Amino acid sequence: MTTIGRHGHKVVASVADALAPLENGMTILVGGFGLSGNPEALIRGVIERGVRDLTVVSNNAGNLGKGLALWLRAGIVRKVICSYIGTNEDLHTRMASGEVTVEITPQGTLAERMRAAGAGIPAFYTPTGVGTVVENGKDTKEFDGRRYLLERALRGDVALVRAHTADRFGNLRFWRTARNFNPVMAAAARLTIVECDHLVDTGALDPDDVHLSGIHVHRIVHVPEHENAFEYRTVRKRP
Amino acid sequence: MTTPTPTLWSTEDMARRAAREIAAGSIVNLGIGLPTQVADYLPEGHASLHSENGLLGIGPFPYDGDEDPNLINAGKQTITVVPGGATFDSASSFAMIRGGHVDLAILGAMQVSAAGDLANWAVPGGKVMGIGGAMDLASGCRHVIAMMQHVTKKHEHKLVATCSYPLTAARVVSLVITDLGVFAPSGDGFRVVELAPGVTRDHAQACTGAPLA
Repeated sequence: MTTIGRHGHKVVASVADALAPLENGMTILVGGFGLSGNPEALIRGVIERGVRDLTVVSNNAGNLGKGLALWLRAGIVRKVICSYIGTNEDLHTRMASGEVTVEITPQGTLAERMRAAGAGIPAFYTPTGVGTVVENGKDTKEFDGRRYLLERALRGDVALVRAHTADRFGNLRFWRTARNFNPVMAAAARLTIVECDHLVDTGALDPDDVHLSGIHVHRIVHVPEHENAFEYRTVRKRP
Repeated sequence: MTTPTPTLWSTEDMARRAAREIAAGSIVNLGIGLPTQVADYLPEGHASLHSENGLLGIGPFPYDGDEDPNLINAGKQTITVVPGGATFDSASSFAMIRGGHVDLAILGAMQVSAAGDLANWAVPGGKVMGIGGAMDLASGCRHVIAMMQHVTKKHEHKLVATCSYPLTAARVVSLVITDLGVFAPSGDGFRVVELAPGVTRDHAQACTGAPLA
C-alpha cells in the first residue's frame, strides 16, 4: 500500500487552492505584528473562501481597517485571542456590541502558548501576569520562592504565515521584524499555509541559513506583490 | 498645574534624566511613547536597545525614503538596525525578557505605588487597549524604571499608596521619573532622589499620594 506523506508536494498554484481545506468554526493562527509580516493574500483569500465563525489568534487582529480587520468587517470572526487592540476600531466596536468575543493575553504568554503547542508541551508556568487580572481562574505554584501561574498551550487548526523566502520543501527565511509570530504560529497548527514573497528551488537555501524548517509547513503559495502597509512612518531628514 | 510655578521638567528633560540611568553596555527595552525618546539622549553604542517584536539593536529612525514597513519597533514606528543588530521571533524575544536577559525596561505608567507596583495598561471603566508586552516586560526585566507626569490632567495623584488601576506587575518599579523629579518606591512611601529645579519638597509632597522621605 502506498500512502502520501504530508511533506510531498507543497507548492500550490493559487491562494484559493491553498485555502481549500478551511472550514467554518476553525481556529486560525495568523502571523504578524501590527501590519508587519502579515500574510496579506491569504487574509484576503479567507474572505473569498467564504468560511465563518472563526476563532482568530493573532497579536493585534488588524489595524487601520487593514490586515485581519478585513475579517472583522466581513463578519466572519466569532472570537479573537490577541495581546493588543490599541487603535483597532474594527475590533473595539465589535467587542462592544458583543459580536466578537475577545480574550486578551500578555504578548509573551501568547507567543509561548503557541511555542509550547508546537513543542508538545500542554501547559507551562510563567511569572508574567502574577498578581494581576491575568491570574484570575488560573492555578499558581511557587518555585524557589517566586510565584508563577499556569498557562495552557494554544493549538490551531490552520496557521497562515508570511515568509520572505521559501524553498519547495517549505524551509523559510523571514525579513527583519516581519518574522515576529510567524514561526510559532507555523509550528502550532495542524495545517500550516505559507505565503512567500520569493519561492526558490530546494537546495537554494543554505541549511545553516534556514529560520524555520519545512517540517512546520504544509502548503506554499508564491505571492510576489504585497502592500506592506505602514502604521507609523517615522523618518529623519537626510543630512 | 494652577499653583505657581516651579520649573517642571519637560518631556525632553525627563528623557535626558532617564538616559543617565542607563549603564554603558546594558540591554534596554524602551516602552512605547515617552520612553522611546530616551534613545535620543544615549551616546552612540552606549547600550543595546531591545524591541519585543523581535530585534536587538534598534538604530535611529530611517532617512526619508529608506523606511521599511517590515522593520518596525514595538510601537509600530519604522526604525533601522545598528551594525551588530539581530532579529528573532516573538517567542525568542519574550524568552529574553522573561529569562532576565534584558537589564532594564523604561516604561510609561499611569500609577506607581509605594511598594513599586506598576499600573500602565488599563483605566478602570475605560476602553480596553490591551496588554501587549507590558506585563512581560514589567515582570521579566531585571530593573524597571517608570516615566510619567507626576499627576493627571485632573490633578489626581499617580504616585500612590496603593494602585487603584489594574496592575501590570507587583513590586517591580525601582525608580519613577516625573516632571517633578526622581523618586524611588520605598515600601511605605517614596524616597526623593532628585527634584526638578525650583520644585520644593512641600510641592512634591502635595502632588504625591504617599509620604515622601
